[in-house]
Amino acid sequence: MLRLVIRRLLQLIPTLLGLSVLLFLWLNRLPGGPASAILGERATEADVARINRALGLDQPVYVQYWRFLKRIAELDLGTSTQTGQPVWDEFTLRFPATVELSIAAMIIAVVVGVPLGYLAARKRGGWLDVASVSGSLVGICIPVFFLAMILRGIFSVELGIFPSYGRLSTGIDATSVTGLATLDGILTGEFDATWDAIMHLILPAITLASIPLAVIVRMTRASVLEVVGEDYIRTAVSKGLEQKVVRGRHILRNALLPVITAIGLLTGSLLSGAVLTESVFTFGGIGSFIRTAIDARDYPVLVGFIMFIAMIYVLINLLVDLAYSLIDPRVRVH
Amino acid sequence: MALLSVDELTVTFGARGRESKAVDGVSFDVDQGQVVGLVGESGCGKSVTSLALMGLLPDKGVKLGGRADFDGNNLLTMSRRELRDMRGSQMAMIFQDPLSSLNPVVPIGIQVTEILQRHRGLKGEAARKEAAHLLDRVGIPDPARRLKEYPHQLSGGMRQRALIAMAVACAPRLLIADEPTTALDVTIQAQILELLKELVDEEGTALLMITHDLGVVAGLCDQVNVLYAGKVVESADRHELFAHPMHPYAHGLLESIPRLDAPRGEPLKPIRGSINDRIAWAEGCAFAPRCDYYTMECLTGTPALTEPAAAGHQVRCVNPVREPVEIATLDAGDATVTAHGGKNA
Amino acid sequence: MTTSTKTAKIDRLAELTAQNETTSGASLWREAFRRLKTNKMAIIGAAIIAVFIVMAIVGPWLAPHSATALTWKSEVLVNQGKFVDSPRGGNWFGLDHLGRDTFSRFLIGARQTLLVGVVSMLIGLIVGAVIGAASGAAATLGGRLGQKIDTVIMRVVDMMLALPSLLLAVSIAAVMGQSLTTVMIAVGVVQIPIFARLLRGSMLAQGSKDYVLAAQSLGIRKRRIVVTNILPNSLSPVIVQATLSLATAIIEAAALSYLGLGNPDPAVPEWGVMLSQAQRFFEHAPMMAVYPAVGIIITALGFTLLGEAMREALDPKLRG
Repeated sequence: MLRLVIRRLLQLIPTLLGLSVLLFLWLNRLPGGPASAILGERATEADVARINRALGLDQPVYVQYWRFLKRIAELDLGTSTQTGQPVWDEFTLRFPATVELSIAAMIIAVVVGVPLGYLAARKRGGWLDVASVSGSLVGICIPVFFLAMILRGIFSVELGIFPSYGRLSTGIDATSVTGLATLDGILTGEFDATWDAIMHLILPAITLASIPLAVIVRMTRASVLEVVGEDYIRTAVSKGLEQKVVRGRHILRNALLPVITAIGLLTGSLLSGAVLTESVFTFGGIGSFIRTAIDARDYPVLVGFIMFIAMIYVLINLLVDLAYSLIDPRVRVH
Repeated sequence: MALLSVDELTVTFGARGRESKAVDGVSFDVDQGQVVGLVGESGCGKSVTSLALMGLLPDKGVKLGGRADFDGNNLLTMSRRELRDMRGSQMAMIFQDPLSSLNPVVPIGIQVTEILQRHRGLKGEAARKEAAHLLDRVGIPDPARRLKEYPHQLSGGMRQRALIAMAVACAPRLLIADEPTTALDVTIQAQILELLKELVDEEGTALLMITHDLGVVAGLCDQVNVLYAGKVVESADRHELFAHPMHPYAHGLLESIPRLDAPRGEPLKPIRGSINDRIAWAEGCAFAPRCDYYTMECLTGTPALTEPAAAGHQVRCVNPVREPVEIATLDAGDATVTAHGGKNA
Repeated sequence: MTTSTKTAKIDRLAELTAQNETTSGASLWREAFRRLKTNKMAIIGAAIIAVFIVMAIVGPWLAPHSATALTWKSEVLVNQGKFVDSPRGGNWFGLDHLGRDTFSRFLIGARQTLLVGVVSMLIGLIVGAVIGAASGAAATLGGRLGQKIDTVIMRVVDMMLALPSLLLAVSIAAVMGQSLTTVMIAVGVVQIPIFARLLRGSMLAQGSKDYVLAAQSLGIRKRRIVVTNILPNSLSPVIVQATLSLATAIIEAAALSYLGLGNPDPAVPEWGVMLSQAQRFFEHAPMMAVYPAVGIIITALGFTLLGEAMREALDPKLRG
């Protein structure tokens, strides 16, 4: 197990290195270079030269790349041109909100998606099957931000059931421990804060869950349909086992393997979706911040974010691989 | 009275209008402790028969007819719950491909203990002990270690042994084996057959052996039923069948076995065509298109099962073959070498 | 031996050995088409796509008003929250925030939307297929060099896959500035790794089939087998993905527009841009957003339905 972890971690190195080259090249290819990005389009040549010298851009490319790499290794992603704060600090400040939102969305997607996909497969052709298959097709085709706008418009603005923006209502005094608002309230005993945070979380989480939910329903359904036809299910039935054992131990355990892989792959789209969702609900996570960074052409933030997301993405996939190897003994051996 | 008595079993697939009969009125008996063979080429309905007996055919798109009395109770009309209680405890099945028939993500041990828990109420340590004992009994060395392993870690022969261990775990009265050796190496095949024979002899379990391999039949079965296109075309005890096959199909099957002592250059004698070259039983003998002896009489309705020669030797043919087959190496009396079946003593 | 007899020999072999994938690509598709015709999903999808394409072609001529005419400017008072977003008289879809006819803009916008979808899909398809084919061919032909080339290409592709698609698109769009071309390139680039991986995987799967070995044992050079058999037989999943990609491309383009990277030119309306402009007024004039959004959803649904139906029709496992 440990060897597998180490090997997988080592495999990440070339991927991340390659990515850093791409990003470095991209940074250097910015229109007019970083200097004009910082100074704006009307910078004088003298100003540009001064900035270039200050940033070390007058040095050979490999020196620049080496410095770029060293800075990333030291988690120095530069300074945001919007806020003047270090990019890394901005991220760590906002990251918990995005994590909370993503986890909530994933929980919804898995908790609803797996049983729904399973039931749809078992009652193939029934109304639930037709409804969940068409529902998931529509779910994939609705632009995330439009779904966010609709949900917010109906449930927050019209009906007033849920708050329409932010993570906590003004006037709620919450102590931050982990940065996850729902968890903090429980840890500190401020249950009103937890309740408030949950109410704020529901609509964004449902929005963000839409695509992973649709994918998980379809994958689970297809996977169950395939497994049900396998010989070993026939063996299990021929042993006269109780239905719950056949379903749990024999059908679901095998059917969930591809679903678990899909969950890993979905994380990437989840983070993209978070940018859109957070910005509709002004959720205050990294997503909202990136949205404003795009508007402001805040390149250090954008570059840092891509590096940051890529690291998270590969780490999550590593975790998924490990989880997979725990469930599927065939992977464990080699 | 027979332990299992199958009477005019029919299995029909497909929706109305486009039905096809996979099993078309099959009757045979299996007595306590008897080994009965169901022989035929693929597509003749032998596997479907076994699945129907075990209640393993899907509910949708399948129609069952006739009777299959197990210990006096009709298996075909039993409730799901009754069937579940029967399966694994009273009757058990061994399948063709041991790798795909074992759950790849559940350890062997659990796959054995789950049946002990279900039918014998054994739990925890007791179940594990019994499972290890079972593996040991079917000839799996180091059973304690094997219990923790997964199917892919076992060899093909070991897997089939593990499946047999599961099948005999609750000492069923009837064992159905559907081509249990087809997916295995020749040497392993012989070992598995030996094991089955041993278990059957020791426990007095009845065995319904489904196979296309006449070598298996010769080595194991007391009574043989030859199936063609969903119907029994010949039924006799082993010695009688191998000595005097009367249906042209059975005759052809035996003749098509390559002989080791045949003179060099002598051509093999296959049965021509395939099972797809057939006519509906209602029109005549389904085998007629492939038969060397057919007459116009064969094309007028289903031939009846008759006993033209010896008592108990039934054949569904208008012009039964009277000449014996020359099979020097295939002595019906004992289970020795056939070039075709690869049966080693 | 002449080339043509050699080719014929391979075809015959493929016919005999490929058990599930009946014979050559052509009859596989004929078979699939036969099944598509009886598939409800496929018919609905194809119908939606047909309507959409017709609209994209003739829409601009059918539009009762110009896309830019601020004809009813005085009737919409954004500051006072006064909108006309529901159907009335000659404006079937109401007016937008500048007093333009939404129905006309919707009709005219279909063409841009289709253009964005098709062009970005083609960028992804062509570049991705070339990369994938190169990688797949290198891996199939083998040798240490081939393996190495394949590994390097796939590492780069995996890196691209590791980036969240929207972010990749945003960063490209950010570099290139705000325009329709930017959106198309950005959305197209995101699709490249998907097509590349798919084609390579499909080629490797085909390469391990028995007919390749059989053809090789007849002395036919592997390079030739790759070109004449492996590659053509590997294309069906790519074509399915292309159909599905049209849906994704249209949705992603809308997302880019929402993030402020869409086409700023008011004379060439596009559904994504219309939707993103409408979001600011959503609380007062929700229908203004609903028309383009429904257009996007239904169009995307059409491509998805057809794509999924094609996937099912081509899947040997599902063939009855």
